[in-house]
Amino acid sequence: MNKQSSAGNRGPGVKSDCYVELELLPYGGIETELTSKVKALYGESIKRLANEILEDFGIKNAKLNIEDSGALDFVLAARIEAAIKKIVDTNHEYLLPVIEENKSVSAKDQFRFSRLYLPGNSPKLMINAGIHYPNGIILDLEDSVAPDKKFEARFIVRNALRAVNFYGAERMVRINQIPEGLDDLRYLIPHHVNLILVPKAEEAEDILQVNEVIDILKKEHGINHPIWLMPIIESAKGVMHAYEIASAAGNVASLAIGLEDYTADIGTRRTNKGDESFFARSMVVNAARAAGIQPIDSVFSDVSDMEALAKNVQTSKGLGFDGMGCIHPRQIAVIHENFAPGEAEIEKAKKIVLAFKEAEAKGLGVVSLGSKMIDPPVVKRAQNTIELAINMGKLDKNWGNG
Amino acid sequence: MKKYDKLVKNAAGRIVPTIINGEEHIAFKGVKKHKPDGRKYAPQIASCIDYPDDGNKQLASLKEALIKAGLKDGMTISTHHHFRNGDLITNQIFDIAKELGVKDLRWYPSASFPCQEHLIPYLEDGTINRIEGSMNGPLGKFASEGKMKGLAVLRSHGGRYQAIQDGEVQIDIAVIAAPTADMFGNANGVDGPAACGLLGFALGDSQYADKVIVVTDNIVPFPCIPWQIHGNYVDYVVKVDKVGLPEKIISGTTQITKSPDRLLIAEMTAKFCEATGLIYDGFSYQAGAGGTALSIGNYFGDILRKNNWKASFIRAGSNEYPVKLLEEGYVKYILDGQTFDLEGVRSMRENPNHVNTSPFTSYNYHGKGNFASMVDVVVLGATEVDVNFNANVVTHSDGYLLHGIGGWQNCLFSKCTILPIPLFRDRIPVVVDEVTTLCGPGELIDVIVTERGIAINPRRTDLIEKARHSGLPIKTIEELKEEAEAICGVPKKPELEDEIVAVIKWVDGTIIDSVRKVKS
Repeated sequence: MNKQSSAGNRGPGVKSDCYVELELLPYGGIETELTSKVKALYGESIKRLANEILEDFGIKNAKLNIEDSGALDFVLAARIEAAIKKIVDTNHEYLLPVIEENKSVSAKDQFRFSRLYLPGNSPKLMINAGIHYPNGIILDLEDSVAPDKKFEARFIVRNALRAVNFYGAERMVRINQIPEGLDDLRYLIPHHVNLILVPKAEEAEDILQVNEVIDILKKEHGINHPIWLMPIIESAKGVMHAYEIASAAGNVASLAIGLEDYTADIGTRRTNKGDESFFARSMVVNAARAAGIQPIDSVFSDVSDMEALAKNVQTSKGLGFDGMGCIHPRQIAVIHENFAPGEAEIEKAKKIVLAFKEAEAKGLGVVSLGSKMIDPPVVKRAQNTIELAINMGKLDKNWGNG
Repeated sequence: MKKYDKLVKNAAGRIVPTIINGEEHIAFKGVKKHKPDGRKYAPQIASCIDYPDDGNKQLASLKEALIKAGLKDGMTISTHHHFRNGDLITNQIFDIAKELGVKDLRWYPSASFPCQEHLIPYLEDGTINRIEGSMNGPLGKFASEGKMKGLAVLRSHGGRYQAIQDGEVQIDIAVIAAPTADMFGNANGVDGPAACGLLGFALGDSQYADKVIVVTDNIVPFPCIPWQIHGNYVDYVVKVDKVGLPEKIISGTTQITKSPDRLLIAEMTAKFCEATGLIYDGFSYQAGAGGTALSIGNYFGDILRKNNWKASFIRAGSNEYPVKLLEEGYVKYILDGQTFDLEGVRSMRENPNHVNTSPFTSYNYHGKGNFASMVDVVVLGATEVDVNFNANVVTHSDGYLLHGIGGWQNCLFSKCTILPIPLFRDRIPVVVDEVTTLCGPGELIDVIVTERGIAINPRRTDLIEKARHSGLPIKTIEELKEEAEAICGVPKKPELEDEIVAVIKWVDGTIIDSVRKVKS
């Protein structure tokens, strides 16, 4: 086995990351070399962490070279562990404590208007992702990670799930395509991930396979909280099987569409107008609604054109979608603003919620508005709308008291 | 001669020398505590007898002018920084000094730039004894490592004018590089191939220096109008092929930031100002040139447009963004200290409401007032802020001297000073226990806006009250510090030597802090 390895990123423009080179030696103890802009402030702490990790893996003689560009501990630890595991065959893991905020559990039907994609091997983008308050963040192990970086990205993603504060955003991970993606799961499931995106889902079997591995891992680690799935339909075949996929398992919470791959698959190109994907988008909406889950739209890739994005969101909402992906934090506000309930929607929701309260006060089992009976899911939805309108500053939180 | 002597603890609790490069100085006494006495400094009375009646003061070369001006050991040579990183003249001055074997010069720039890294050999061989002025880049590093022969003195733009006016710094020769001048020495910054807008930083130099040399590459027939610098102060005029590099004069950050995190900070700052009523019809603000400050100016512009309000004036660093507001009619005047792009230069040339200012009108603390204190909202940067709202703008957390003070200290006297800063940069916390170098006392700093929350100085109970129901994430400064440390880890204090390499002046000429040598 090779006795030298490296992991991480270096060079101009690299920030909040580090590059480590590890060489296992037959004798001579541990020799750590560090270059860092923050050496005066964190040099000792970085070396302490490095030595602790080497010791944790039982490495007694090695040369470790760290080129640090302001990496936080979760990154340093991930890079060092990746370098070790490239040359040492072990199942041992060096785990950082899980911060309290990252123990939160998400609900199947919670709002998923926006989900921010974060390349899995780019820690710089993860640190401040939460401050833009997307509904969810996606740590991506699939397309945004170069093939030769897939291995080390898993450690960054695992450590981020434990140690990076995403300020309440739902913690999602996009795994690699099945079957390769199944191997990603053991880096995620024990580490408080809320939702797994399953790319290029083509049949129910894909979902069942994912769940099989999840179930084993949940049992192994004594995990009881739900882990939701969001399959992404990205092919003609996937579109034809959309309902089957959406209803494959109880933990499928949303069904998304990925248009770049889909349009390539049907032999055309994606346009802003989107005629070429009208059928697929409608299929996904219909399949998701039939299965009682959220239909979620693709990303909008022109990050500089906010007006086009706003139009895109309005179209998306008009087609029946409940959310869409974003690849830049500035898209979040535009997406929320345009998916947000409009005036009429809020007014209707207010009436339903008031009727529900009235029925509750009178001890009635059935809620009715005028002559119409209101089903419980509709009440729930109206309550969600109200909550959302309040959260978005579109409705005063004391609206019901006046 | 010792570089410094007689250390005392000043009113801010900082240990500072009171003898610097052999001269006596006063330790900081507190904000608004020190009043000077005596009269202003005055240069020699000149006489028309010594100047040509035809007004032609042109000499063939800068070298000839420096020799005629009596360049000799120990003199103080001043320059301005309106050409920013495109300055071509400063290096030539010291090349000539070196050639003539002159030693121990004090260079007194209004700011230094990386292009002046060229001077490091002269600092090493003693041609230049020391720099008294804002330092950044390689020169700052050189000084931080204790390599300068004399002690560095850093002053704000206003403090520089005050030191000249009070006679604390007596300039022997002022060299004023000018984009346009006439044979008499009248000069301006708005015309010519190296147009830089204005020459305000050189005003004090022209008024108080013993000898004044104007250097230009664009001689126009008398009169050079506008005459931002009056030829009546000028001894010699020199024409050179190229006075500055236009593409580098227009430097600094002139684009709105694209960083989503900085945009968020900018947006939060604007929302804070809107929510607390700091912005109103007729308000005034200072728009800085950094990417974040520019986008704050942009958000302010949006608020003005939305309400159809008109700002009474913008204090600038101007570039295309404030110019656009001026031209759209959402601001009445731009009071400009330096222009950052060609739009700024054009506007200053064409628009009488785009006014050139100097440190005398805007910042000088030893004057009968200055307009910095009348500005409603000022947004400034900082390398560090501590839990007492004290701020540092000159050194990084590792102790290196890497930025100048600029007008920063002077602007703190505005009605509301806001520092929009990231909570940490590349793992380095910006909100800390105690600043490495004290440049601005916390009592003058009102609000810190970070991407993770806004801290209001407890002294500003009015703002705290107004922000209470704003829905903005108001936190205490201690909470912000703890949040930074939770993310980055608790930083170790950088190890610095006892040796002092520079002092920081307060706006009134007193010494507010010392900068210590970085351990190599």
